[in-house]
Amino acid sequence: MSAPRTAGRTPPARTLPPPDAARSHWHQPHRKPVLWRRRGTWWGTPWLYLLVPLTLLVTFTLLPVVHMVQYSFTDWDGLSPTSNWVGLDNYRDLFTRPQLFQVFWVSLFYLGASVVQICAALYFATILSFDIRLRNLFKGILFFPYLINGVAVGFVFLYFFQPGGTLDTVLHWFGAGRHLWLGNPHLVNTSLAGVSVWRFMGLNMVLFIGAIQSIPPQLYEAAALDGASRWQQFRYVIAPSIRPIISLSVILAVSGSLSVFEIPFIMTGGSNNSETFVIQTIKLAFNFNKTGLASAAAVVLLLIVLLVTWVQRLLFPDERVEQS
Amino acid sequence: MRRTALAATGVVLALGLSACDVGSGSGGGSSSAVVKVPTDPSKVTGTIKVLTNRTDQVQDGTAKKYAAEFNKVYPHVTVKFQGLTDYEGDVKIRMNSKNYGDVLSIPNSVPLKEYPTFFAPLGTSADLSKTYDFTDHAAVGGKVYGIANIGTANGFVYNKAVWKKAGITTWPTTPQQFIDDLKAIKAKTGATPYYTNYHDGWPMTNWGNALGSPSCDPAANDKLATTKEPWAPGQDLNVVDSLLYDVVHDKLSEADPNTTNWENSKALIGTGKVATMWLGSWAVVQMQDAAKKAGKNPDDIGFMPFPTQQDGHFCSVVRPDYQYGINIHSKNKAAARAWIDWFISKSGDAQAALSISSIKGSPLPADLKPFQEAGVRLVHMAYGKTALVDEIDKTSEIGLNNQDYPQHIVDVARGAAGGDKDSIFKDLNKKWSDAQGTVG
Repeated sequence: MSAPRTAGRTPPARTLPPPDAARSHWHQPHRKPVLWRRRGTWWGTPWLYLLVPLTLLVTFTLLPVVHMVQYSFTDWDGLSPTSNWVGLDNYRDLFTRPQLFQVFWVSLFYLGASVVQICAALYFATILSFDIRLRNLFKGILFFPYLINGVAVGFVFLYFFQPGGTLDTVLHWFGAGRHLWLGNPHLVNTSLAGVSVWRFMGLNMVLFIGAIQSIPPQLYEAAALDGASRWQQFRYVIAPSIRPIISLSVILAVSGSLSVFEIPFIMTGGSNNSETFVIQTIKLAFNFNKTGLASAAAVVLLLIVLLVTWVQRLLFPDERVEQS
Repeated sequence: MRRTALAATGVVLALGLSACDVGSGSGGGSSSAVVKVPTDPSKVTGTIKVLTNRTDQVQDGTAKKYAAEFNKVYPHVTVKFQGLTDYEGDVKIRMNSKNYGDVLSIPNSVPLKEYPTFFAPLGTSADLSKTYDFTDHAAVGGKVYGIANIGTANGFVYNKAVWKKAGITTWPTTPQQFIDDLKAIKAKTGATPYYTNYHDGWPMTNWGNALGSPSCDPAANDKLATTKEPWAPGQDLNVVDSLLYDVVHDKLSEADPNTTNWENSKALIGTGKVATMWLGSWAVVQMQDAAKKAGKNPDDIGFMPFPTQQDGHFCSVVRPDYQYGINIHSKNKAAARAWIDWFISKSGDAQAALSISSIKGSPLPADLKPFQEAGVRLVHMAYGKTALVDEIDKTSEIGLNNQDYPQHIVDVARGAAGGDKDSIFKDLNKKWSDAQGTVG
């Protein structure tokens, strides 16, 4: 859910200023196809700057993807120097085994959790944008979980969820009985999704705070003069202004929910009803030496994520926000 | 416009680069001549790198000590070690290149039929099987590609004191008796009768190794190639999996399998909080250490065979541990061969770890003395059809030696997943016979 690794790379400041202002001088050279621009800039200079990121992008992202697509059309076992071209066999195999897609039910837990996560993040972001005491401390505390690496988070929560562990002890004070947080198949996904909320909520919050801070203060003043309550300020000033960031978060949350991996893999290894699509793919590739089939599954996941994103953009187009 | 151009450049670059390395995957055409043990140690030269999963030996200097001993016989060979924590994962990936050391333990995930692609033959089956056990486990086409240093017997590691406290002094001879004994332990001692190690998973893979113990049949593994329904009543896998199922189903295992911890389990059994675990003879030493560290008596840790008898005898299957092979791309094959030969026959590593040496006629280690006294038959599995059985296993996605398979049985047994014992076996039987159809 929420915030897969790409989140960090997405420039959060897409709201303001309007993108055109930044891009306009990029378009000019097109109209004058000359090698040397005004003030003697060579046409290739931007490409020179792009060389390093492009090389990295190609080596570490595009190339592996191309390979993955290649593998998905073969019966490669992940080891053998030879492999046979099998055409669409892997895809046919995937789509004739509905049980392989059943694991997407697990994603619904994470999807539900990301709704909670985004709401909580919005709430905290709004509160912390107003002038309250110790707000930087609270920002730090809420953002902190995102900085801990996933493996550590997994281990910490293993102890947290142990029978008679921290969570049980705390609940015991309030008279609640023990639960097998990870052992109960009806509870395990909720527990894991909870960890996910804990971990990624801070990231969403920081994105939202960034967006909220770019709202001109005079809007609040005007709203206050008109007698708007805090809720009305949120509803009619803040929420519309940060809509693009909210929709970005939703996209990340949906694609994240479909490809959950780290937390369940470390904490349960996908056992006990907590298997996700990515864990299943890994098992196909590394336990059963079906790298070809696993690649096909990965390609299918990629396509599903692209499709969901596209549908989402279709339903909620990203309107430009005008603030004045 | 710009964006399209950029993306296009990227894709073109990517395609170009990927086209470059398509051809590079094929092997280097190394010779497949048998590497013989050098006859004159003084003429063997070169540097060899040994890949090992025994990071403990690399760190505590045991490995260096072995290398120094080795140099007394082979003075001109330099031995370097590389310990890998995630041995299976790392080595499997490295085997896509030519750089996977000179001597290495053959990863379990390499299918037998591909041994000749990656490893140099060490001798013919006819020759090597005279000296070593388990050679057929790594033999393709009459040539042996790996030799094991040790074998391990399968059985239950148990805390004698706890069992005694529950009033049990003899090994159970039937699965039902075993279950009754565990119930007695639960009722009388307060210890957890059985510990699954479900969360770590890999200790559970030992359940797959029980194959052959109930029937006492060395051909149990080979028979899987032709048995249509290996989980039918009376078959080994049925007996073994039923025992695991019943133990968990009767609530004789730990309360929450999802939070088990392997390192901690050693202390648990050492101090008698846990009574029993299904593992291999290799685990006995570790559990005794843990008992000693916890201030308990290490002699409390015992080892018992699978609770079934054939003609009044218990049986315990002995399986080879990692087998050592030589990288087919190695430049110092003679030196590598010398190391394997010396390590297995002269280093004394097998004896130090109280393991069953793979050299024929070696005495049994001390921790298996009770087995000897009780007349337990040590069954040496035959592996004539391993390649085929492997393939069926992978195609069916059952994974007899994967953790998911016993884990699923535990899930169903404790009601965490749908189904019951019969539905599990029915499902497994179907998967197995379906896969046989496509592979056979």
